[in-house]
Amino acid sequence: MSAVLHALADPFSQSLMQRALAEALLLAAVGGTLGCWVVLGGLSYGAESLAHGMFPGLVAAALLGIPLLLGGAAGILLAALAVVLAGRVGRGRIGRDDAVAVAVTTLFGAGALLALAPATPVGIESLLFGDVLGTSPADLAAGAALVALVLLALRTTHWRLLAVGFDRDGARALGVAPPRVDALLLTLLALAVLVAVQGLGNLLVVAVLVAPAAAARLLTRRLGPMMALAVVLGALAGLGGLYLSYYVRVAAGASIAGLLVAVYLLARLAAAASGIRKGAAAGGG
Amino acid sequence: MSAAALVRADGVAVAYPGGPPVLTGVTFELREGERVAVLGPNGGGKTTLFRAVLGELRPAAGALAASARRAAVPQTERSRLDFPVSASDVALMGTIPGRPWWRRPSRADRAAARAALARVGLADRAERTYGELSGGQRQRVLIARAIVQDAGVLLLDEPFSGLDTTSAAALERLLGELAGEGRGVLIATHDLDQARGWDRVLCLNGRQLAFGDPADVLTPEVLAATYGGAIVTLPGTDPDAPRRAILPPHHHDHHHDHHHDRRGSAR
Repeated sequence: MSAVLHALADPFSQSLMQRALAEALLLAAVGGTLGCWVVLGGLSYGAESLAHGMFPGLVAAALLGIPLLLGGAAGILLAALAVVLAGRVGRGRIGRDDAVAVAVTTLFGAGALLALAPATPVGIESLLFGDVLGTSPADLAAGAALVALVLLALRTTHWRLLAVGFDRDGARALGVAPPRVDALLLTLLALAVLVAVQGLGNLLVVAVLVAPAAAARLLTRRLGPMMALAVVLGALAGLGGLYLSYYVRVAAGASIAGLLVAVYLLARLAAAASGIRKGAAAGGG
Repeated sequence: MSAAALVRADGVAVAYPGGPPVLTGVTFELREGERVAVLGPNGGGKTTLFRAVLGELRPAAGALAASARRAAVPQTERSRLDFPVSASDVALMGTIPGRPWWRRPSRADRAAARAALARVGLADRAERTYGELSGGQRQRVLIARAIVQDAGVLLLDEPFSGLDTTSAAALERLLGELAGEGRGVLIATHDLDQARGWDRVLCLNGRQLAFGDPADVLTPEVLAATYGGAIVTLPGTDPDAPRRAILPPHHHDHHHDHHHDRRGSAR
């Protein structure tokens, strides 16, 4: 018994692993709560677009030796601008999603070109796949501050988000402006991506914003429990991923992302077995 | 001895920002305790009028005054039935306009939501998922949300569409009670027989065609002008009182099942 406890506690005797765990829990908190709005609002593609479109910003930060958070923020602004412009320019000729896909792929390609330049320092893969074990105390503090901000914003605007998600026109009649709520949600999404990209990287960040909430949606019937369960599932995947990386010596970020997806698949099985959501799942999207 | 006017429109024209007026010449009064039917084809200006009365659109011309709080009761299929909210969550949304954006619902807000659900006969359904309620129950939840807003004026958008006979009768009774409490009720509908039982009728088709007592307004001429000929006379059992019904010209983004005969087969 004590051997098991020891095996569980041992990895976190190192400060590196402690910070990684703290980072994973931060990601679970922001991914589980904001993720519910992402899933309910059909914003998964938007989250992925932001994450991939910010790649040139991350690479530029690595090249220039400035903090990733700064480069990422600039990259997200650029990506958001490109996405909006692509939607405008392509209007009427190609679909919105197509325009966004073109813009995001262009940005990602530009980032890859930069990354392959001879001057680029090694370790570019950590931008793609994250480096949760490389979380510095400063990263952690900045991440915690941003996560706290997102959680506070979600808490105060909860009912407005709910009213708009439930019925946009009806929300307008309640004095809530849907475009403002959309803008708020996208801003929070950008902040969350910014935090999560450090741990999970450009390619895996979407996992934490979508998978736990999508899994929780299958197993709950109210938003409160859905958020709570999503946070717990995200935390379990984070913890499990760190154990995997410690004992099996695989990449931590990829392990976490893989477990997040596994959690979703298990939730699907559990939901199918219990039939808790019956026909309601058909309306999801 | 006439009741106080809750909404008064005088020569009102309404336009969407940057566009020409889509509705003109609207002059009517909604008084305490009145149920006013708003008739007109799809796209005839019913929704536009509602948005103006709600204050979402400012009149491009004329005067529109309201002395009571207004609340919308949208069609239930406009809301997301797959959303993880309970009936009391939906009713509680009615407290949003009454508090600053950063404040969460208070205990009093929750009590008001519960009381409103009880008022519409859904006390025992308060914690049920909204999307799992019947169409009639969902409509009553949205009415409870309007009651929570402490609205003196309720604007209902085709509340009877898709309801079975029992639910429609219950809703009709509830609207009568709400009017009896001194509220004004504007009801967009396609059902002429129902409109006949209410206090006033307002006919719109891009402009106001008539407003007044049902007996004066619901004439073949006015109806023909309102609906542009999309009217049929149904062979009824009573040859002296043929039933008229409206053929909706187009089915737009949402479907209406029972315009032709609400008393027809239930869904």
